[in-house]
Amino acid sequence: MTKPTRVEINCTTGEQSIIELTDAEIADMATAAQAAQDQQAAAQAEDQAKATAKAALLARLGLTADEFATLL
Amino acid sequence: MANTYTLISSNTLTTTTSSVTFSSIPATYTDLKVVGSTRSSTSDQTLLYRFNASTSNYTSKYLGGTGTAAESASFTTLTAGAGGTWGRIGNAGVNASTTTATTFSNWELYIQNYASANNKSSSFNSVTENNTTAAFAELDAPLWSDTTAITSVGFAVYNTGSFVQYSTFYLYGIKNS
Repeated sequence: MTKPTRVEINCTTGEQSIIELTDAEIADMATAAQAAQDQQAAAQAEDQAKATAKAALLARLGLTADEFATLL
Repeated sequence: MANTYTLISSNTLTTTTSSVTFSSIPATYTDLKVVGSTRSSTSDQTLLYRFNASTSNYTSKYLGGTGTAAESASFTTLTAGAGGTWGRIGNAGVNASTTTATTFSNWELYIQNYASANNKSSSFNSVTENNTTAAFAELDAPLWSDTTAITSVGFAVYNTGSFVQYSTFYLYGIKNS
């Protein structure tokens, strides 16, 4: 499998190099991707919990969401 | 009339690339300006940067519009991307892969007094292109709290994003006389 690459341009010599990422750099990318997925999942879980709590409160009050909105 | 605006180097990517770095930048100018036109290989659209390959002391203030709302934020933490941690300039800056096909963002990073012994403040502006409501226009004030003279400037995309083929980067040197 082809490794990801980066480009480095030496402004003094004009040389432009295409360099393969090291295994450590590729591992960093995987870690970053996992962290982003975890963060997104946590945010979605928080949103879901808020929606569930709101629905439960409205049910206890005997109101629909539209009826509650007219009170605001 | 003195020539105060000089193209130092440029690159048009020939393949998908994780990061682009201008290195060994001569200290003979007053300011630097980088002009980019970029698109991401993924839905990640946040442009990241590094001076001198440093991974710390970056902060930025963001003011922008999304197509439906105006917003602002402070970015004080580092964001992981290709090859580790990078400074975060703003909210977007790079066209996501989900935007209209073959469209690219446009941006400019202006770095004042890059060779001075003071902290390095910059200004950044960008627009993304998209034939739907959701597109980003933003102004940012990045700060690198480091007194070292800047000799390299690198760019990457947040998370697993890479710059796609035909993304372009132009580095200019600007003299004050």
